[in-house]
Amino acid sequence: MLASQRHTYWLLIVPAVLLMLVFYIYPLIQVLWISVTEPYFGLQNYEALLSRPLLHRIWLTTLRICAITTIITVTLGYLVAYAMARVGERQRTTMMFCILLTFWLSVLIRAFAWVMLLRNGGLINSALMGLGIIDGDLPLLRNEFAVIVGMVHFMMPLAVLPIYSNMSGIDGRYVSAARGLGASPWEAFWHIHLPLSKPGLIAATILVFVFSLGFFITPAILGGGKVVMISEYIQVSFEETLRWGQATMLASSLLFAVLLTLALVARFVDLKKVFGAR
Amino acid sequence: MKGDFREKFGRGLVLGGAWTVLAFLILPMVVIFPVSVTDQYYLSMPKDGISLAHYAAFFTNEIWLSATAQSVIIATCSTIFAVILGSLCAIGCWRLSTGLSESVRTFMLIPIIVPTIVQALAMYRFWIDLGIIDTYVGVILAHTLVAIPYVIITVSASLANFDLRQEQAARSLGASMPQTIRWVIVPSILPGVLSGALFAFTISFDEIVMVLFITSRAIYTLPKRIWNGIEDHLDPTIAAVATMLIAVTLALLLLDLWTRHRRQQRLRAAAAEE
Repeated sequence: MLASQRHTYWLLIVPAVLLMLVFYIYPLIQVLWISVTEPYFGLQNYEALLSRPLLHRIWLTTLRICAITTIITVTLGYLVAYAMARVGERQRTTMMFCILLTFWLSVLIRAFAWVMLLRNGGLINSALMGLGIIDGDLPLLRNEFAVIVGMVHFMMPLAVLPIYSNMSGIDGRYVSAARGLGASPWEAFWHIHLPLSKPGLIAATILVFVFSLGFFITPAILGGGKVVMISEYIQVSFEETLRWGQATMLASSLLFAVLLTLALVARFVDLKKVFGAR
Repeated sequence: MKGDFREKFGRGLVLGGAWTVLAFLILPMVVIFPVSVTDQYYLSMPKDGISLAHYAAFFTNEIWLSATAQSVIIATCSTIFAVILGSLCAIGCWRLSTGLSESVRTFMLIPIIVPTIVQALAMYRFWIDLGIIDTYVGVILAHTLVAIPYVIITVSASLANFDLRQEQAARSLGASMPQTIRWVIVPSILPGVLSGALFAFTISFDEIVMVLFITSRAIYTLPKRIWNGIEDHLDPTIAAVATMLIAVTLALLLLDLWTRHRRQQRLRAAAAEE
């Protein structure tokens, strides 16, 4: 390519990059900067992470919910993907359709639907009462159970899609060979199929965990102020107390947590592949 | 045959489990519909009959209609900007394909991993300085920025299958670069551009976290209306809105499946002719 041609191709890239630098990266850096300069220069905002029990509790709640959500979602997602890779064309299309419909539907609408189902006097409670199984409302909303249900529901497509795309590339003859050599179905699965499907499994785990960490809408609606995860606490400390030092410190620490997770797993997997960029 | 039985049993267990999970995914969408046609004035199943009152409430209420209009305007504008900027960027990076342009492409994907709440806080602070809080410009800019990475991903995926020699042929026959992009590159990567546009539109149309931070009274998008409705008093109109949104999503998805199916059939027919 001629040098002049190269210049013209760079011109195509420049507008988007400039926009991103000025209106996205600069504000992010500003957040990091405020977190160490407000009210005065130093790390005093970050000290609160160590010294304030409230923040310990919020971070612990966040990590616990993320871990539980990730384990449940990836396990169930693996089951769905495994079934999808084994059924006929027609049934597979229907299954994929369910996954894609969930994937594209507004997260707010899904959270709303769960409120309707889980609240006191809601559909599940009134159905159980109608059947005479319970006498009073079960506390299904505004607790960790509700948050985890909502999050698993949101994250499921993010787990199924990478696991399935990896599994559909596995040559079924490996498992057949193992069976032919006398392995039981379970042994063939455990020693042959599971290791082969590991890349998809890892990708799904990273995606679900990273997106759960910063999740806001579902926990805020289904937790109803009782289960506060880090994202919601950032919003609260911004909206109600206007403490910029604390809000930006929490936002920065959330960003660091995400980057740290990604840096740790980057040693083992190609992250660009995980996020669909390759 | 004990082994045979166990194998069938295992298969049934897997299938049953998978369909249970899928039912769990679909269940919330299914129950919204009967609630949306309830004859009661609160969220419940229909008691004495069905009623379209909550749909009428949506279509006659200025508040819901203007929120929908605002969302459509914002999503359309951000989609246009994100598709143009993102596609050009993807084409540039693909054509140059040097180490530097590859890093630029990776850099442009940053918004995918940054938690939304962090972006929202950052933008709020900067948008105040710029004086674009609670304006269309502010929201469209925010949504364009977070949609660009998805356009870059889908367009890059299409470009990976595009033969570079077509572009070189066009250039050597005297086409200028804008002409080459318009008449050679864009038509062949159109599926990628369209699915990028679909991503961008959906992201903007559904976005709530940034909107909560960077708007106050003037901008009231549909998600913000729904959000406030859920927080305040669980108005059944939300169930009607939700049903309509589910219907739109379903229609778009079916359309997508159908066009894919058609394309495959055409490809098969073409292969058979050869």
